[in-house]
Amino acid sequence: MELRLDGITHRYGAVTVLDGIDLAVGSGQVVCLVGPSGCGKSTLLRIIGGLEMPTGGAVHLMGEPPEGCFNPLTYVFQDFALLPWRTAADNVSLVLEDHPLSAEARSAVVADVLARTKLTDFANAWPRQLSGGMKQRVALARALAVRPAVMLMDEPLSALDSQTRELLMEDLIGLWERERFTAVYVTHNLLEAVRLGHRVVVLSRRPGRISEQMTIDTPLAERDMADPILLAKAERLWVAMRDEAAAADRELLHV
Amino acid sequence: MSEVRPVPFRGGGFRPRSIGVVGPIVFVVLISAWEAASRLGLITPLVLPAPSEAAAAFWELLETGRLWLHLSASLQRLVVGWTLGTLVGVSAGFAIGLFSLARAGLMPVVSALFPIPKIALLPLFIIWFGIGEGSKVATLFFGTFFPTVIATYAGVDGVDRTLIRMGQSFGLTWWSIVRKIVLPGALPAILSGFRISASIAIILLVAAEMIGAEFGIGAYVLLAGNLMATDQLIAGVAMLSVMGLTVGFLISRAERLLLRWRG
Repeated sequence: MELRLDGITHRYGAVTVLDGIDLAVGSGQVVCLVGPSGCGKSTLLRIIGGLEMPTGGAVHLMGEPPEGCFNPLTYVFQDFALLPWRTAADNVSLVLEDHPLSAEARSAVVADVLARTKLTDFANAWPRQLSGGMKQRVALARALAVRPAVMLMDEPLSALDSQTRELLMEDLIGLWERERFTAVYVTHNLLEAVRLGHRVVVLSRRPGRISEQMTIDTPLAERDMADPILLAKAERLWVAMRDEAAAADRELLHV
Repeated sequence: MSEVRPVPFRGGGFRPRSIGVVGPIVFVVLISAWEAASRLGLITPLVLPAPSEAAAAFWELLETGRLWLHLSASLQRLVVGWTLGTLVGVSAGFAIGLFSLARAGLMPVVSALFPIPKIALLPLFIIWFGIGEGSKVATLFFGTFFPTVIATYAGVDGVDRTLIRMGQSFGLTWWSIVRKIVLPGALPAILSGFRISASIAIILLVAAEMIGAEFGIGAYVLLAGNLMATDQLIAGVAMLSVMGLTVGFLISRAERLLLRWRG
């Protein structure tokens, strides 16, 4: 499925957070949104996911959702958003329970996605028993369970340590290779962006506008962080963002 | 590079452990000391009867079969009043926590009525619901209703909003979100509300039974007091203590069962 944003503008009171964002995300494409903190990238993602109403503009979905898709636009949260009173398997099962599936079919889906995220042995663990990386794997399994057309990922690796992040990035690439989902991936980590994105979109400081776009042609599976081309791209993104990030850092918060 | 000294340990402490045997030992020591003091004549029976006398009074109650009459009357009022107050209170708390209109309409009423000691309204309840069970159950109902409402809506307010957004982002129905996210999220607060409302219920039970009840622990204690039968009074008060402990124990069990996920 394709995603198209037409002139998304958003204001909180007198503060303009997003100003006329136009963006198209092709089917099977991963678009990384980067930008200084407070530039509204998470707000934009919430608007795409229908969790927030933009002040102006609209988000359109084009094309048919894949076979058996329960939730075309599926979110992955930075803080995992697992229910602490449900085990890993039951957290996945939660998002299937409102759909007409037999109990056997549901547990088959749960077992399948847990296997794909290497969690089979942890199916009955409580979230409090899992490490951050494991929790995010459960959240990924939950997202996969509804067969999403578009994954909306809000800094999914930011709460993790760098080693876990590295491992999960590999897992994410592996999952994308299999599922070829469309994704909008918000991050503040430029290396993550050049590693995972087919396209990197830079948002400017408030009011957020698209200030730069970069396409990366190297196939995801072949990307290697020692690759000088990728490093140069990350460097270029940093140069483009640096002054903005410094200015954003010195801004007073108005939230 | 002169002297070599080990670094002294200065952490630790501030972490009380539970030591199982100490509690019972304290009780045994206290009661033995009390009994010994009574037998030695240090405490005159008029001031405070010996534990053995209170035990004898309890035994008499048991043998004549009146224990069951008093206890069943009290437990029935407690269970009916507390259950009704809790059911209605939890529902009202959820309404306040979920709907703006209910919050705007009910909150001022709850705030205004909560601080009234319900026992002060007992004469009114007697006029409204009769001198029998009705007025006693009503006292317990109103006494447990308000703290339950407050605990419940505070619990609902405290549910992590990102979890609710998560539910919405996966297209869960409103009812699913309430049942599977809001209710379990509010449950710890609701259960600690139960602890408070149950002790309030026991206090109100005794107070209500002191007015126009033939049977009930409160009536028994009141009668013993009027007759200066201090041994019976102590026996009755000990039963109330046991009743409170039992309720606390049951709520702890419920917590352990329902909040297993907290570990």
